[in-house]
Amino acid sequence: MSIIKNKIKAINDKGDKVLSVFLTSGFPNKINFTELALNIFNAGADILEIGIPFSDPIADGSVIQKSSQLALKKGINISLTFDYVQEIRKFSTKPIILMGYANPILAYGIERFAKDSFKSGVNGLIIPDIPVNEQKVFYKNHFNNLDIISLVAPTTPVNRIKMIDGESSGFVYCVSINGITGINSDKEINENYLETIKNTITKNKTLVGFGISSPNDAKKVLPFCDGIIVGSAIIKSLFKEKSPYQKTLNLVRELKNSLFNIN
Amino acid sequence: MNVLNNYNLPDVKGHFGKYGGKFVPETLITPLMELEEYYNKLKTDISFLEELEKLNTEYSGRPTPLTFASNLTKHYNGGKIYLKREDLCHTGAHKINNAIGQILVAKGMGKDRIIAETGAGQHGVAVATVCAKFSLRCSIFMGEEDIKRQMPNVLRMKMLGAEIIEVTSGTKTLKDAANEAIRDWVSNIENTHYIIGSVVGPHPYPMMVRDFQSIIGKETKEQINKLEGKNPDKIIACVGGGSNAIGIFYPFIEDDVELIGVEAAGKGLEFKENCATLTLGKDGIFHGMRSYLLQNEFGQVEEVYSISAGLDYPGVGPEHSYLKDEKIVSYFSVTDEEALKAAKMLSKAEGIIPALESAHAIAYLKYIMPKTKNDEIIIVNLSGRGDKDMETYKNLFV
Ligand SMILES: Cc1ncc(COP(=O)(O)O)c(C=O)c1O
Repeated sequence: MSIIKNKIKAINDKGDKVLSVFLTSGFPNKINFTELALNIFNAGADILEIGIPFSDPIADGSVIQKSSQLALKKGINISLTFDYVQEIRKFSTKPIILMGYANPILAYGIERFAKDSFKSGVNGLIIPDIPVNEQKVFYKNHFNNLDIISLVAPTTPVNRIKMIDGESSGFVYCVSINGITGINSDKEINENYLETIKNTITKNKTLVGFGISSPNDAKKVLPFCDGIIVGSAIIKSLFKEKSPYQKTLNLVRELKNSLFNIN
Repeated sequence: MNVLNNYNLPDVKGHFGKYGGKFVPETLITPLMELEEYYNKLKTDISFLEELEKLNTEYSGRPTPLTFASNLTKHYNGGKIYLKREDLCHTGAHKINNAIGQILVAKGMGKDRIIAETGAGQHGVAVATVCAKFSLRCSIFMGEEDIKRQMPNVLRMKMLGAEIIEVTSGTKTLKDAANEAIRDWVSNIENTHYIIGSVVGPHPYPMMVRDFQSIIGKETKEQINKLEGKNPDKIIACVGGGSNAIGIFYPFIEDDVELIGVEAAGKGLEFKENCATLTLGKDGIFHGMRSYLLQNEFGQVEEVYSISAGLDYPGVGPEHSYLKDEKIVSYFSVTDEEALKAAKMLSKAEGIIPALESAHAIAYLKYIMPKTKNDEIIIVNLSGRGDKDMETYKNLFV
């Protein structure tokens, strides 16, 4: 069974919810990124999503766009990201997911990417611009060792949510609102949608992401899902401070503390 | 609309061979399927087709003439050269053909807000125009760099009542304007229709935009057969995203006609400053489609360059990628300098000032004409007029 799914299940079985934290590869600092990732794990993250930077991230808001551009400027690429994963793996067994857009992966070579992911210790993959309909052609049969995590959104009809639940492994990434990553203070998360997710996704665990930045945001979605994904809020906090990133680590602690003992 | 006998692409999933598809976030998948379904119904709906034709004739001024370029023909002393005059469309370029079609689709779907990306501003002006005509709210995304380069079109859009959203992310040009338009669309999917400006983006856009632009080729076929009693031997068009090119090529795809697409080589193919996607690009995934793409070894999209803002795009329509691989269309490129010379020559020879984009197609004549016989017919798609380019052209005569 999937390592990611097992981990989520183990945490849920204790009555807690899962915290998945997104970091842009090599950001904010190429040198101590491994250390930052491990500190994020130690502060309470259950899963780490490492974003491979891309020049044209259409699903991302300004915060992650900026961190991606900075990472690219510093020469971060897929090979270096695998090096980070390998380093992190020496000290932690928690699930690591790579998140990235299709084109850099296509350029790296699909088969080579799958092999190197597995070798370096990656557990799963999220590619927001490869929707389920395009997955078979894109992934071919190279990804049997990895979870391919698919997304659902408020625009996804119930039948399609069922289909995506059937295709996805690891968990289903539930996009909270119609929009891009980042803080969307003007957008309320639709409760009917959350209810639909809760009732429709039965094979997989569900993690809700996009625009979740505080324990308060988390509280609204927790009754409907198995955990949360926090990205832009972490990146935004990292932009504001230097190593050892105490404020960011505190944010991770606060977020995780809000996820204990919820049923 | 045109139906061909054997060529029947894209397939139901929106693929042209391995190209095309819908490479977008899940949020957009269902809206794209709804758009596809709605459009597929519309395209055989008599009242829609009648309204489209009425607007094309009475509002846009179609059919556009096919002009015999007598002086150009004399100059090259080879085959007969004709120009398809999209420069005479309302707003000054072929972009209006697509804007009119899509505004009817948007209206039919009950959308009350339109967004679009623009580079040179020609597509932006066309969209602002139809939004004014149909009383829909209109926001145009335009890179900070392009706003500086294309002020006359910025002013036109404002006069037409459109809101211009300045894009400062990434390279601040057309590709980033499209990124921002996609981000806006994801965020406002309920009430907003995105009018993509070329045969690019996720399915069904490359198909839908092609269908609306293929009026160019359909008219051309009728006109040349009436004038000369036969099809042309060659058709030449410039390729940015590829909409004017596919528009004139499409009705001839199954005929024995040599189809030639001309890309922008910018400062020259040996330099980084070009945007010859089909000549130098590699298989990629960008702006929702699989197609040739100018990218570096890490799959990051390259900063591209052309003197012509309308060709300054690192991607290209997926159908062109397919037509290239299948050798149905040949693609070449010409430099900034060659395009400028061609613009000057056409202006003096025929009294027609071409858009810089279209000047790329004219420039290719010097390569092909010496090899033609007197009884051959060559048609160049003159996709737009040069009023917007006078700032650039003025260096040619002052
Ligand atoms: C006059 C003209 N021709 C050609 C183009 C290039 O677009 P496409 O390749 O889609 O025809 C543009 C784009 O702005 C244009 O304004």
